Amino acid sequence: MAELPGQIRRMGGGISQLLEQICGFSRRCLFQVISMGPIPNHLAFIMDGNRRYAKKCGLEDGSGHKAGFSALMLMLQYCYELGIKYVTIYAFSIDNFRRQPEEVQSLMDLMLEKINSLLEKESIVHQYGIRVYFIGNLALLNDQVRVAAEKVMKATAKNSRVVLLICIAYNSTDEIVQAVKKSCINKSDNIKASGNYKHEDADSDVERKDMENQEERIQLVDIEENMQMSVAPNPDILIRSSGEARLSNFLLWQTGNSQLCSPAALWPEIGLRHLVWAILNFQRSHSYLEKRKKQL
Amino acid sequence: MLSLRVPTPTSFHLRRLHPRDIERRDCFISYSPSFVNRGVRLGIRSSSSGVAFTPAEEEETLPEELQPELMPKHVAIIMDGNGRWAKNQGLQPWDGHRAGVEALKEIVELSGKWGIQVLTVFAFSTDNWIRPRIEIDFLFSLFERSLKTEFQKLAKNNVRISIIGDSSKLPKSLLRLINEVEEVTKHNTRLQLIVAVGYSGKYDVLQACRGIAQRVKDGEIDVDEIDERLIEQELETNCTDFPYPDLLIRTSGELRVSNFLLWQLAYTELFFAQELWPDFGRSGYIEALMSFQQRQRRFGGRKS
Repeated sequence: MAELPGQIRRMGGGISQLLEQICGFSRRCLFQVISMGPIPNHLAFIMDGNRRYAKKCGLEDGSGHKAGFSALMLMLQYCYELGIKYVTIYAFSIDNFRRQPEEVQSLMDLMLEKINSLLEKESIVHQYGIRVYFIGNLALLNDQVRVAAEKVMKATAKNSRVVLLICIAYNSTDEIVQAVKKSCINKSDNIKASGNYKHEDADSDVERKDMENQEERIQLVDIEENMQMSVAPNPDILIRSSGEARLSNFLLWQTGNSQLCSPAALWPEIGLRHLVWAILNFQRSHSYLEKRKKQL
Repeated sequence: MLSLRVPTPTSFHLRRLHPRDIERRDCFISYSPSFVNRGVRLGIRSSSSGVAFTPAEEEETLPEELQPELMPKHVAIIMDGNGRWAKNQGLQPWDGHRAGVEALKEIVELSGKWGIQVLTVFAFSTDNWIRPRIEIDFLFSLFERSLKTEFQKLAKNNVRISIIGDSSKLPKSLLRLINEVEEVTKHNTRLQLIVAVGYSGKYDVLQACRGIAQRVKDGEIDVDEIDERLIEQELETNCTDFPYPDLLIRTSGELRVSNFLLWQLAYTELFFAQELWPDFGRSGYIEALMSFQQRQRRFGGRKS
């Protein structure tokens, strides 16, 4: 009789393992079906609602973000299982520095802990061969977080299966400003370097001047190649949790043609069904978009 | 036909008194900061020449569902769905565009009456150049015709018209008309209607970047001085005091921004309406504005 609780526990453990395996199997079947249609190459997430979740569940401050991190790991797992190559997440905005210092500090502490955990053997990085980029104005971070981020980027530089872009101390307008600065500097350096070069194949002085002016003018490609996010293609889908429908200064340049989704679920509540729904919607409008892209 | 019937007032709407307003006396004085300078409410129009009562039938009340103090200053609209609307009705694409112009007239009129200060509409994108030539020619001639017929009324009703976008490919007659319209209406203050033609958000940032690069080359500014404020000054939306839309509406159910007003949309609330543009009228607009008024805007900070 004394063995009964132990037996029940073992049975319980066995049942939950079995359930997990059934869930995993069903999920993989579902992914097989979804993969028969086009799969997005790049998904971006605005992870909104962690604090509201903590309040809603009566948890202490900070627990919401921890729950949010678990939700993130699950979403990454689903994305990479589905064959999505690039995932970008909005971890911390430059605007968020305006929050209370205690909250900012606790977020920085959490990020430091999680960034360091990415290098552990059992982490998702090794499981899926993820190359990690940290995108943003890293100089705004404290030294510890910045050094940890650089360490992770270096350690994962050779991974090539899938990519995770973590936007931290990031603002789209800041990214554009930096790209504009670099474009101006590069252009003026190029002009100085080309110095006495004249267009030999121009027939007239006017034509020659036009060609030189054209070369001197900054082009779209100049700005784009100087964007930090140029290491990835543009996102196909942008998902913002908690029902808010705005971009909040995230990837403004890159999401011009992205499908925007704003499920009402708070970030820690985000799950497989939201991802599947977003992808099915993407597949519905995909053929029309591909036609437009070819025309352009 | 567009008829903004209220002649040049400084305040142009009579608002039906709501019981809660009796407690909030400041509602009587200012619905939004801009109205502080605008004069008196309660059906009394005041202009520099004196006070005049407006006939009741010429005024439009703000719908009960909308709160005047929460009205957006700047609304942007992607007028999508004309082609699909025409197809659904068994008509030609140009019939859809004509119906679209009628819908736009209604929204401009309502915006003016409800206290919105800037209305930006996405008429023609850089991506639209791939459409058949016959459709593009029709669109520009429709735009030219509409502008000619409506411009006097809009000017009389204190509406300022601005056009943004790459005008280099537009027909010369349209360009001349645009310049004239902008010049004649530039001092109007009631509503600024910004029409984006040949416009894309990336193009706008690119031309701002070129402007800045030229200033750096001329030694006017240093590269280190380039910041967000400088870029904002160079964007085409520098024609208005409120370049950042509070609300963006896109019709026809498409869930994307399509490269419209890239930089300016950083904190804009987005609303996606299911209706096709010619069907988007007063009720659709009220729904979008109600949705906006329920949003909690935090700009990256925390709501205390």
